[in-house]
Amino acid sequence: MILWRRELSLAWAGGGGPLLACGFFLCLTVLVPLAAGGDPAGLKPVAGGVAWVALAVSSILSLERLFERDFEDGTLDLIALGPVPLELAVIAKAKAQWLAVGWPLAVTAPVAAITLGLPPSLAPLAALAALIGGLGFALTGALGAALALGSKRGGLLIAVVVLPLFIPPVVFGAGALERAANGLSPAPALAFLVAYVLFAGLITPFAGAAAIRNAQG
Amino acid sequence: MGIERRSQLGMCLMIAVDGLTLSRGERVLFRDLSFSAVSGEVLALTGANGAGKTSLLRALAGFLRPDAGTVAFADVDPAEARTKHLHWLGHLDGLKGARRAREELAFQAQWLGAGAGGVAAAVDVLALEPLLDLEVRKLSAGQRRRLAFARLIAVQRPIWLLDEPLSPLDARWRAALGLLMQAHVERGGTIIAAVHDPLPVAHRSLDIGAGR
Repeated sequence: MILWRRELSLAWAGGGGPLLACGFFLCLTVLVPLAAGGDPAGLKPVAGGVAWVALAVSSILSLERLFERDFEDGTLDLIALGPVPLELAVIAKAKAQWLAVGWPLAVTAPVAAITLGLPPSLAPLAALAALIGGLGFALTGALGAALALGSKRGGLLIAVVVLPLFIPPVVFGAGALERAANGLSPAPALAFLVAYVLFAGLITPFAGAAAIRNAQG
Repeated sequence: MGIERRSQLGMCLMIAVDGLTLSRGERVLFRDLSFSAVSGEVLALTGANGAGKTSLLRALAGFLRPDAGTVAFADVDPAEARTKHLHWLGHLDGLKGARRAREELAFQAQWLGAGAGGVAAAVDVLALEPLLDLEVRKLSAGQRRRLAFARLIAVQRPIWLLDEPLSPLDARWRAALGLLMQAHVERGGTIIAAVHDPLPVAHRSLDIGAGR
């Protein structure tokens, strides 16, 4: 709990990382229609997918901060000697990442979706799906960040490790938007999204803590 | 009976290292190293650069898994000893540059389980008051070390593992920290410190490189 509060304040301090992620997200979504030419009709079928790819990429931006800084300045050693098992510390950090970056991105997601030509009626669904998916991104991202600890070019490595693992939430999240756009219920896709989050929540603490212990040795 | 209780009762075994073999990559740092430290004792680990002082300390703290051998803490489970009875102060102070000294000290003390008044006492003893509102990155290396040292005072834990604890400090603060270390072992604590310069406190030395 203490750790989680500190993480949150660290995420917002020094450079406004969350706002940067939102800005990046919006830039990406504005860039796509410009690059694709001025035909909104052509963009519509892929709008959900593009929004989710942009969301996934934006979620990666601040992951390097998550463990690498603590590793470099010795805080991670201190965390390991605290009263809380490392597994829970990983969860606390992932949760803070979700609150600090996932929530602002989820708030931005409807804007991005509408920019890409999705009907405004889908805005609440876009935000909800981005919120659930954001937790998945934070959990899987934390695992990637832990795995990349201590390597040079950690940021790039995180992206390469994590992006393939982001495929399921991108597919399910975009699927939810597409189903809703076609008048179908988005519930099945959202259920898969939740399942992914639960799975990531189960794997990340153990694998992440193991990766951190390995890096400390 | 836990370490805390025992340390009040005078001399007793705090750390027992038995047959420890440690390697970094392909290189074996030392083989079959055995030693122990009792309460009320300062043990200085000496040895040339690269002899494995830091690695040994990291193995004691549980960060490094030894190739062979055991580290035992009185009659307490090692995992519990490390999270409840042990302080670690390495080369890195574990402080965030962008945060204020006050916030960092408060977090560290809270995280490690400081009781009421612990932080205030540490601030007092280490004369940190004028530094508390500064950002950590604006502190000198010596000031940062003093700030990091404050958690050892704020939170009562009997075993201190210190890696070159005095190197960034000036003569006055070396002497002052020597007194704090003295006070800690007089209360029944144990200190194991990797050093190059002699410690300003009565100690027993263990040369890590000698066993090779």
